Order: sequence, then C-alpha cells, then structure tokens
Amino acid sequence: MPGRESADRKQVTQGRWASMLLLPTLILLAIVIIYPVVNAIIMSFQKDAALNPTTGLFEEGGSAGFSNYSDWLFQQCSGQSCPPGTLGSQFWSSMGTTFFFAVVTVALETVIGFWMAIIMARVFRGRSAVRAAVLVPWAIPTAVTAKLWFFIFAFEGIANKLFGTQILWTGSEWPAKWAIIISDVWKTTPFMALLILAGLQLIPDEVYEAAKVDGASTWQRFTQITLPLVRPALMVAVLFRALDALRMFDLPYIMTQGANNTSTLSILVVDQIRQGFNSAAALSTITFLVIFIVAFIFVRFLGANAVGAATSSGRK
Amino acid sequence: MRNRKFSRFAPPLATASVLVLALSACSGGSSGGSGSTSGGDAASNVDGRGPITYVQGKDNSDVVRPLVDKWNAAHADQKVTFKEQSDSADQQHDDLVQHFQAKDANYDVMSVDVVWTAEFAAKGWLQPLKDKTALDTSTFLPATVKAATYNNTLFAAPVSSDGGLLYYRKDLVPTPPKTWDEMMGMCSIAKTNNMGCYAGQFQKYEGLTVNAAEAMNTFGGKIVDDSGKATVNSSESKTGLGKLVEAFKNGNIPPEAITFKEEDSRTAFQDGKLLFLRNWPYVYNLASKTDGSSKVADKFGIAPLPGMSGPGASSLGGHSAAISVYSKNKATALDFLKFLTSDEEQKFFATQGSLAPVIGNLYKDSALTAKLPYLPTLLTSIQNAVPRPVTPFYPGVTKAIQDNSYSALKGEKSVDQALTDMQSALVAAGAK
Repeated sequence: MPGRESADRKQVTQGRWASMLLLPTLILLAIVIIYPVVNAIIMSFQKDAALNPTTGLFEEGGSAGFSNYSDWLFQQCSGQSCPPGTLGSQFWSSMGTTFFFAVVTVALETVIGFWMAIIMARVFRGRSAVRAAVLVPWAIPTAVTAKLWFFIFAFEGIANKLFGTQILWTGSEWPAKWAIIISDVWKTTPFMALLILAGLQLIPDEVYEAAKVDGASTWQRFTQITLPLVRPALMVAVLFRALDALRMFDLPYIMTQGANNTSTLSILVVDQIRQGFNSAAALSTITFLVIFIVAFIFVRFLGANAVGAATSSGRK
Repeated sequence: MRNRKFSRFAPPLATASVLVLALSACSGGSSGGSGSTSGGDAASNVDGRGPITYVQGKDNSDVVRPLVDKWNAAHADQKVTFKEQSDSADQQHDDLVQHFQAKDANYDVMSVDVVWTAEFAAKGWLQPLKDKTALDTSTFLPATVKAATYNNTLFAAPVSSDGGLLYYRKDLVPTPPKTWDEMMGMCSIAKTNNMGCYAGQFQKYEGLTVNAAEAMNTFGGKIVDDSGKATVNSSESKTGLGKLVEAFKNGNIPPEAITFKEEDSRTAFQDGKLLFLRNWPYVYNLASKTDGSSKVADKFGIAPLPGMSGPGASSLGGHSAAISVYSKNKATALDFLKFLTSDEEQKFFATQGSLAPVIGNLYKDSALTAKLPYLPTLLTSIQNAVPRPVTPFYPGVTKAIQDNSYSALKGEKSVDQALTDMQSALVAAGAK
C-alpha cells in the first residue's frame, strides 16, 4: 500500500525534523542545568580541602562518601557535635526558620491576596489604575525592598517613630522575624493577588446570577462557588509562593544577616560556600531535596497543576 | 496511556527541573575546587616585565587613577591597567577567588583585605615576597607586616592601615579617659546629659568581631596563639568580654547599640546621643563637617582606645597589595608594590583618600598632620593594634567569635559559656 508507506515516511521525516529542532534546546539544557547539577552532586561526595600543617597549604580532601550529608543532618563537626558558633550547629534551626517563614508568609499572602483579588475583580472606576498600582511592590527588586525595610525598621527608623516605640527590630528574635515577614508579605502579596484574580475572572457571571436566583447568601456564594472554582489557580499560586519562600535569601540576609535565628537554608548555603565548597554542595542538594518533596506533595496530593493540561489528559 | 505511570510524576519532575536551576546557581563557579596544592609556580616569571593589571575595589575617593597615571607616564613599556571591582567587600573577595581558580594571568596585582591574606596564601595563590621577589619592610609599622605574614612568610605588601579611635565629647569630658574603668566612671556625665555613654559596633557582623577582639586583646587575651591554635578561653579574655557584657547590662552601652554598624554608631554620635564612640578614622572628617550634618562638629576630640592601664589594643584594619602567582610579569608587579608603598605615594593616599599610611615616619610629617590631625592618635592605635587572627579559616573563625560574643552581649549566655563555646567553635573551624 503506497499510501501507508508515504505516511510512514512522512512520520519518520517529521520525527527527524523534530529531534533536529529540539537538539539545540537539549544541548543548552545540558550545559546550563544538567552539568552544574551533576557537578554539584559529585562535589557533595568529596571532602573539603584540608590544611597541611607542615606546608601551610590546602590539599584536596578526597572522597567523603555520605559524610557531608550526615554531618549536616546530625550536626557533626569533625566527629563531634557542632559547638555553637559554627554553621553546622545551625542546620536544624535554619530548617525550622525556613519553614516558619514559608508557612506564615504564604498563609498571610493567600488571605490578603484573595481579598485584594476580590476587590480588583469588581467593576469600578479606576480599576486598571489600582491593578497597576498593586504591582509596584512586586516590580521592585527584592534587594532594594530589603534595604528599604531595613531603614524602616532601623532603631531610629520610621517604624519606631510612627508608633512611638523603641523596638530593636533587627536586634531581637521575634521583632526581626516579624520585620522579615512584613516585608515579604508587602512585596509578594501582589503576585498572589494577580494569580488569584486571573482565576476569579474565569468564573462566568451566570453561575453567580443563578446562585442569587436560588437565594444563596454572599458567604454561600463564596464558599460554594468562588472557592472551588478558583481552587486550581489558587493552588498554583500557593505552590509558586511556597517554593519561593523556601528559598528565601535576600530579605533576611540584608535585614539581619541571619542574626537572631533568622538564618534560612539559603543563607546557610551562601555562608558555607565561603568555608568549603563541597559541604556547601551537599547542603544545597539537601535544600533542593526538601523543596522537591514539598513541591511533590503539593502537586500529587493537593492538586496544584503547575504544568498545565498535559497531565490531566494523561490521567484520564 | 503507555506513559501513565510516568505522567503521574511528570508535574513534580517538571517543577523540580525548574528548582534545579536554584541548586545549580548555588554550586556554580566552584569547579576547580578549593585548594589545588600546586597552584601556580612561585619560581616562574619572577624576571618578567611588561604590562600588568591592578585590581581593587571601587575607587571612591579617586586615589588610584592618579597614581596609575603617574606610574604609566614613567613606565611606557610596563603600563598598569586599573580594574575596578564593586564596593562590596564580599563581592571583591569572591571576584578574586574566581579569577584565582581560573588561574587568570590577567590579575597581576590585587588589593587584599588584611583578613583574606592567609586564606589566599594557603590556597597557593599569592606570590611569596621573598628571594627574588623580596620586599623591604623595615620602615613599615610592625602590626601591618604581621597581618600580611602567613606561615612566617610575607605574602603581601601593606598599603593602607587602619585602627580604632575613641571619639569623645570634649565639651563634656575635658580629659579623655585612659582606661576602660575610668571611662565607665565617666558615664554619670552621660546620664545627667540624658545621652548614651559608650558605643561601638555590636550588630552580628564583622564589626562585632573587631569590637569583641579589641575587648579581649585589651585585657591580655589572645584569640589564637602564634601557631594558630585557639586560646580564647582564658581568664584575660573573660575579663575583656565581661567588661562589654557588664556595660550592656548596666546601661552604659545603650541597648540599641546591639543593632549598630559603623554608620549607625557614627550617626548616633553626630546627633549628640553618645558621650564616647569607638570607630575608625573616617568618622573624623564627617563629624567635623559644619554644614549642619553633625551636631558635634567643634565639640568632639579623639583619643586612643581606652585600655587596662594604658592605650587599648585596637583591631587592625586596612589593605595590602599582593602579586598573583599566575602573573606573567612579576618583576614589574614587584616594582609596582614598591611604588605603592613609597613615601610619596603613601602621602598621596593619606591626603587624597584619608587612608592611614603604613610607614611609621609619615605620622610625624608636619605637612600631613596639619591636614589630618588625627594621625598621631591613630599611630598610637596602630602601634598597639593586634591583627585579627591570621588564619586561612577566617570565615569560620570570625563566625565563631561573632555568634558567641553576640549571645553573651545579649545576655543569652554567660561569658564563661560564650568563651567555652567560642573555643570549641574555633577548633571546629580549623584553629586547632
């Protein structure tokens, strides 16, 4: 059957073309993602260079097995429990701080962002101006935001002047944590609001009208219609923010430099890079795994579908 | 359907691949690794002459360009190119590390912070200044040479120095205190004037290492001994750190000082909120300004840091210039180091950039002291200065000092406990 044959040939040619067109992308991905990641993982299994006391020079450490990982997880420094004042002693507290920031900021941002989205979804004069204005904090680079809030929360800063308080915002644990949370919420709630707004606008007005006719109250309309229908968009927004928050670095680093128990895992990685690359590689791999597990839980069990329709068709 | 199993995992995998970027960013640039033992060859190119590059942080007060122009006018065949880095010390450090790891021959001479010298030397990146590349250091202030020396070898030429000074309100305190206890005795004056008594830099950052080390060194403590072994847990250090803790406790140091870095403490002093301030010489010009930015312009004086019975032990600041082992023109590079440390150029550094000279005699130069009246006091400070630990493990060492002294200052830990922990953390960091 000649027709069948030409169709086959067409498919083969198309396949070849497709792989040719994909090749540059694949090569690029291999260079910028796969190579550094594989390299990082290889490094994480090597010992950090040690000082040779006679020459005073550093020498390559050799293979470390899993010791870089176990040293972090069990807070071991050269076979003993890490004393206070070493990076190793801060692993679990940094992990706790990271999750604390992630949970609190994402919760606040979701609630406030939802509220902002509902307001922006209404039809009123100047709506587009409001939408643009809301984006301003999101558009400012995080480092600039951090410096801005650093000055606001300085001892002689606006925050203390405004409220007539004498709080040492960057000098004690809970004020410092709240200062960071406030800055993060200020900065990223707009992102949340816009993603939720996009979800809200997909809900047809007729649904609400029908509910009204049936006599549903505002609260009922919110819980029975808005929430379930906006859920996919909401989950994606929460997922993105949660992953971002778990990697939080700039805000605490600039505002407190990790003092007063505000050091996150990313800060720990950067500090460790200055002391030894291979332990830092192990720590960043651990950080990656932690974030990966969180992402997995979100996507698998909470239904956040970040990669679009491809999967929903796969599930049918 | 055939990919059903895979597709379930595809979304998390896809998300993960995005995250991988974060991971790769964390580890990027580290291949080549820390500590290749061989490094470059210290014996090669020592007679090499030709164009070189000088690398330094941002030239804010325009000192380096005129110097480089002057050099280039006299050395047409051995021109110096000036490469300016950012003005953040961390970024300068990381930029140097990356170029060393790449064995970049284009970084011939670079400005090195005093606390980086040991690290770079131990990695084998700096040309030892001995034999054919020896440098005469007899005219230099001893502390500056000590800070540039690692493993009994000089690895950099001190170019600018720095020491802490005590700023005091001469309208309220006619004679500055000579000892710490004397100063604390004067705090009643601060109380009657409704101001804070003393402050330094006590936020948890490098400045705290400087201040805590000063307190401990002043009372005879040593953070590490000459062989690099941690010796911080001594009764002398206990007395020193204890003095700071006590002053925080009884309010002689105002509580907000725990958030102070250089600039915050300077502002507090300039606004008339402090009787005594420990800070670097750069404050002198700013606090003397009569444009209204300083409320104490003609009301303050300077003195050496107060000590146990005489002047206290300042921590040493400043920069040195080092030659890369990978440089192709080391003879020219060495000449350039000699040029940077010559009397005339050191004077220019002082007048143009308010940088403290490293040559002792210049502090007696009347033309200089007329322009920079703090120089004689600064000389006392630098003569009594103790370099911060000269160790290749400096990042870990400074962290051990910062974290534990910070807890002590905040009263979260006893001084005893803080020093015990500091000692173990120093050992864990590599100061065995």
